[in-house]
Amino acid sequence: MRDSMDALETTRRELLLAGTLMLAGAAAPVMIRRAGATPAAMKAEIAKLVGEAKITQGKVKLDIPPLVENGNTVPCTVSVDSPMTPADHAKAIHVFNEKNPQPNVISCYFGPRAGRATVATRLRLADTQNVVAIAELSDGSFWSASVEVIITLGACLEDNLI
Amino acid sequence: MTRALINVPAKAKRGQIIAIKTLISHTMETGFRYTTTGERKPRNIIHTFVATYNGEEIFRAEFYPAMSANPFLTFHTVATESGTIAFHWTGDNGFSATEQAKITVE
Repeated sequence: MRDSMDALETTRRELLLAGTLMLAGAAAPVMIRRAGATPAAMKAEIAKLVGEAKITQGKVKLDIPPLVENGNTVPCTVSVDSPMTPADHAKAIHVFNEKNPQPNVISCYFGPRAGRATVATRLRLADTQNVVAIAELSDGSFWSASVEVIITLGACLEDNLI
Repeated sequence: MTRALINVPAKAKRGQIIAIKTLISHTMETGFRYTTTGERKPRNIIHTFVATYNGEEIFRAEFYPAMSANPFLTFHTVATESGTIAFHWTGDNGFSATEQAKITVE
């Protein structure tokens, strides 16, 4: 009697495990459909922007909260350490992501009249990922900063609620 | 009707760096979402934003679908002279909106 109970217990456990695996299997294709950009796609997009130039870490400050509840509006501030004089200023700031359907987020262009190379905006992030900001200076050099953001509820996941 | 909120200081000292905040109401439909019947919702976003100070361009931005709905931007400029700062948004499906703000420089 006891043996048969044990046998039943094992089967139930196995069943539960099998069920969980099936669920995971069913969810996988949906995840694949949503993940468009990859770290490689982001790198390709950045390479297209900078060309042969070398990207150096530093000078750029990327302010994003490290833990975000809602990926639909993620506050983000990018500032570049630059005197903003006609001879030495930041020309552009670009923001990229790894796991949204597209790697680009925003590109901003300004000149010495900006006074301060700082831009604040709000992004959509589909998943926990690295966000990269790249600044182009007037001397042609590129500087970057990267932040890993953890997203609890990603953007674009409310498909069934529309 | 598009609603845009602009925050520009009414008065500034010559040479002072001022912060400009803009917010415009727009759904920024990404083009990557599907309806319940499985059809893809077409992309409908604002793709370009330009700010001009007395007709001269001071700031330009290109938006991608990864910008959140109702795009918000903060940027800076040096207050050089009294006049008008104009903002112009252009988007898909012929979307276009213009706002302006007056500034007095002492």
